[in-house]
Amino acid sequence: MASTAIHDTAVLTHHDHGHEHGHHKETFITKYIFSQDHKMIAKQFLITGIIMAVIAMFLSVLFRLQLGWPDKNFPILETFLGKWAEGGRIRPDFYLALVTIHGTMMVFFVLTAGLSGTFSNLLIPLQLGARDMASPFLNMLSYWFFFTACMIMMGSFFVQTGPASAGWTIYPPLSAIPKAIPGSGLGMTLWLISMILFVASSLMGALNYISTVLNMRTKGMDMWRMPLTIWAFFLTAILGVLSFPVLVSGVVLLIFDRSFGTSFYLSDIVVQGEVLPNQGGSPILWQHLFWFLGHPEVYIVIMPALGITSEVIATNSRKPIFGYHAMVYSLIGITILSFIVWGHHMFITGMNPFLGGVFMITTLIIAVPSAVKTFNYLATLWRGNIRFTPAMLFAIGLVSFFISGGLTGIFLGNAALDINLHDTYFVVAHFHLVMGSAAIFGMLCGVYHWFPKMFGRLMDEKLGYLHFWLTFIGAYLVFFPMHFMGLDGVPRRYYAFTEFEFMKEWLTVNTFISWAAIISALAQVAFLWNFFYSIFYGKKSSQNPWESNTMEWTAPVEHLHGNWPGEIPTVYRWPYDYSKPGHDDDFIPQTVPFSQTMSSNLPHDFEGNAESERIQQEWDSKYAADKVEQGIN
Amino acid sequence: MRLKKYLNIRWIASIMVMCALLVNAIPLSAQLADTSSTTASSSAGVNEGAADSSALKSASSEPLISTVVDTAASAKLIADFKPEKDFGPLYKSASYYVLLFFLVCVFIAIIGKVLRVYELSGELQGKKTKSYWQNVQGILFIVVLIAGLYGVYWSYTVQGAMSMTIAASEHGEKIDTMFYVTLVITTIVFILTHILLFGFSFKYRGSDTRKAYFYPHNNAVERLWTIIPAITLTVLVVFGFITWRSITNVPKEEQDKALKVEVVGEQFKWNIRYSGTDNIIGKRNFTLITPTNGLGIDYKDPKSWDDKLAGEIVLPVNKPVRVAVGSKDILHSFYIPDFRVQINAVPGMPTSFQFTPKYTTQQMRDKLNDPTFNYLLLCAKICGAGHYNMQAKVTVLSEDEYKAWEAKLPLFYNDDVKKQLQVAQQKMSSENNKVTLITKNNR
Repeated sequence: MASTAIHDTAVLTHHDHGHEHGHHKETFITKYIFSQDHKMIAKQFLITGIIMAVIAMFLSVLFRLQLGWPDKNFPILETFLGKWAEGGRIRPDFYLALVTIHGTMMVFFVLTAGLSGTFSNLLIPLQLGARDMASPFLNMLSYWFFFTACMIMMGSFFVQTGPASAGWTIYPPLSAIPKAIPGSGLGMTLWLISMILFVASSLMGALNYISTVLNMRTKGMDMWRMPLTIWAFFLTAILGVLSFPVLVSGVVLLIFDRSFGTSFYLSDIVVQGEVLPNQGGSPILWQHLFWFLGHPEVYIVIMPALGITSEVIATNSRKPIFGYHAMVYSLIGITILSFIVWGHHMFITGMNPFLGGVFMITTLIIAVPSAVKTFNYLATLWRGNIRFTPAMLFAIGLVSFFISGGLTGIFLGNAALDINLHDTYFVVAHFHLVMGSAAIFGMLCGVYHWFPKMFGRLMDEKLGYLHFWLTFIGAYLVFFPMHFMGLDGVPRRYYAFTEFEFMKEWLTVNTFISWAAIISALAQVAFLWNFFYSIFYGKKSSQNPWESNTMEWTAPVEHLHGNWPGEIPTVYRWPYDYSKPGHDDDFIPQTVPFSQTMSSNLPHDFEGNAESERIQQEWDSKYAADKVEQGIN
Repeated sequence: MRLKKYLNIRWIASIMVMCALLVNAIPLSAQLADTSSTTASSSAGVNEGAADSSALKSASSEPLISTVVDTAASAKLIADFKPEKDFGPLYKSASYYVLLFFLVCVFIAIIGKVLRVYELSGELQGKKTKSYWQNVQGILFIVVLIAGLYGVYWSYTVQGAMSMTIAASEHGEKIDTMFYVTLVITTIVFILTHILLFGFSFKYRGSDTRKAYFYPHNNAVERLWTIIPAITLTVLVVFGFITWRSITNVPKEEQDKALKVEVVGEQFKWNIRYSGTDNIIGKRNFTLITPTNGLGIDYKDPKSWDDKLAGEIVLPVNKPVRVAVGSKDILHSFYIPDFRVQINAVPGMPTSFQFTPKYTTQQMRDKLNDPTFNYLLLCAKICGAGHYNMQAKVTVLSEDEYKAWEAKLPLFYNDDVKKQLQVAQQKMSSENNKVTLITKNNR
């Protein structure tokens, strides 16, 4: 009770402030560039994320050209890439730079910042009923750190020795010794600086999300009434706060090794005849530090996507999400377990095999909450009344990718099978489905669903359908055959499959995959056109276009600083009262009190409040006849 | 408002096409002829590619045994391409693709407009088109489900057959059994869940006349589908754990019995050392690495005196082998897919893997009916520009053949090497003296 009172005054003071603020004239700079409004920051994250995604996708098309046609020249590449594609053929070390930067950008800039940054910023205040984030200034800083990180990463393409090229996991010693690969020169330094800025950005974001979720929920919004999106963002932020600093410590040690002659990761090394003085370090240490972040990172990527789809599937099936509590507990389970599974990336690195066995057990346990989530999605669709908005299609696509990618995880999580599959195309196929495609589908799902909230307009549905089907089928055509290459023992990060006799049978498959990749990349034009065109010329949206229950749709379409004019609405119920029997509409927003829905209230709605139950019983006995009649109808 | 948009798109589209045409600035007929020729050449591209790669192969065929990647040769190859070719037609074909894409876009835009007009006219007559599109999506899900299931069946049979190799080691067979068990379980789950996912999407596609079934939870069902995956996974975990331990946890006496071979990776080749008559690999120290002593073998350790260097890996069949893996420079990964063997090569940290080859190379050739088959060692950890070609041939012989081969290997620690080492050592120590002198003087 006390906390509610404090909260109310906080809201009041903030509201006063907001009112005052209205008289200010917002300049272009404070409104669009150094904005402290969470909705604007969300859009900044989204558009930066989309641009990064397009660049990273373009990089993937470049190396797909090399893989698909290893003996063909593309002189146009020389025009653009110069010495990195002499004679129109990408050089092996530049190929490695391409895969490295593609991975880094996609994982960190697109699927972490672009996904969490966008939707946490947009939805946490709007779905919880807060005027803004706990610290709008920190929020702004978070975006600008992220932006700087992006620019530095892009800048590494304009360095003489090229961008970082030791793979997105930048395992030392390769990443520590410029002699071993040119990309480990200035390019790697820029990578490391960019990553530190990025981690700073994501920490500022995550702390903000956590404090907002814990402290700034509107009246009546207790934790068990939060939509699953918020649960997912909240747990993701906790994951980020606990794991990202470990990456920074790893990166700092690597910087020391590179620039100040320490030996944290280096020992017993002779590069091109030169005996290095380093002794006593261990490259395995980096792998422990990296994957202590790296594995939670894949859940940082996928959990917001799962949260978004939970919301979208429930809304568009017109059904409550099946097993809300189980969904939350699964997320919590995933959050906790994700910290103790990192070793499954290291089964064959020479880590003690017994330790590997332990990591195998924890890894396969994490499949249980994931399976529960999948089955709950299926149960939500069952006997629903499904509306196929583009967002819904992408949500269904996510479930499909999550299943197929998750199942191959059972192979890789098994240490014995990993011996033969480690670092092959099987791994590439696995994580591109389960965290690449699934997470990007979650992001696209979110964009289609909350576009009206962000821009007040609707995206074109039919272009959305086209985009979905091309991308969905394309992604499967690209990644499904890769499993089989991996089973045959084709390692990843190979510049060409031409040097080994047994790989040559896969050359035609590679050409096929490259075509599929190019076509699905071109299909994204449908999205980009739709997105940017609709920002300006899309059909005007109504306030609640998807007839959704959550709070953001009670805020006016026109954005205003502080989100709601006047008082923030109070929340009375959980967010999933869809198609409740006895109610006229098939949705009841969270802000509708039970007193207005007497005909549809159920006993457990009152959470044991005796007074409310009594009132309901009285009403029931009075109108029982009506209710029965309604039931028959 | 709508009309304005209408015009907008048309203008943009037509400007796009015009631009593309201007860029080409070639008569349409010539274009057509050229496109046909380029498509022909692109379809021939694969064959050409094969030819080129064989050229590349022949250029580097000699060092195949020693597996030195001569980047110089490939650089030369690239340089060879550069001067003679006229890139004009290739640029042209690139712009054709761009034009083609524009045309596809325009085509889609036109279809979009037609659909819009159709819908608007339908709306005027009071028809609802919304549910039409709903049905289309639902049906598409069923079509994709059926096509997808067939696709899965096709790739399991065709590509699966391409990828399934015979496990040529004892533990490899255990891994394969484990793999097939997991494959059967996951495939069943994959197909069932997808039938449900896409089937539900089709069956429960929206309609205005129906309301969804309010069904927020069912604890019994939820418990059921927590417990069933948990049990299945427990079985897999136990099975996997036992297999993993049996492969990696080799008892001491078994380890001693095994033939010891050392394989040390460096950019971009594998160095192979046999342990000789004592079956113990002599010590190695990276500070001793010189051009003559590439591995830095420590000859103060008498166990190293009988060690032999080899250009390729040769193993006796049906005899356990313990490979000690190391790296001179950066991480590599010792990976022989046919044996189901992989372990990382880590500088500063020795790793090892014990396995028993089951078939000789000749037996495999007979089995696969492929007279050119060879076991291959490849590098599976990113290690630089030559990563994709860091290979070594692995040959498995019968025990007698192996012994004969091993006997022929020369000792590395011969008189020449002794002399060279002495000279080098003297030089080193004199240099060291110099250094100490200089530092003393400086002080």
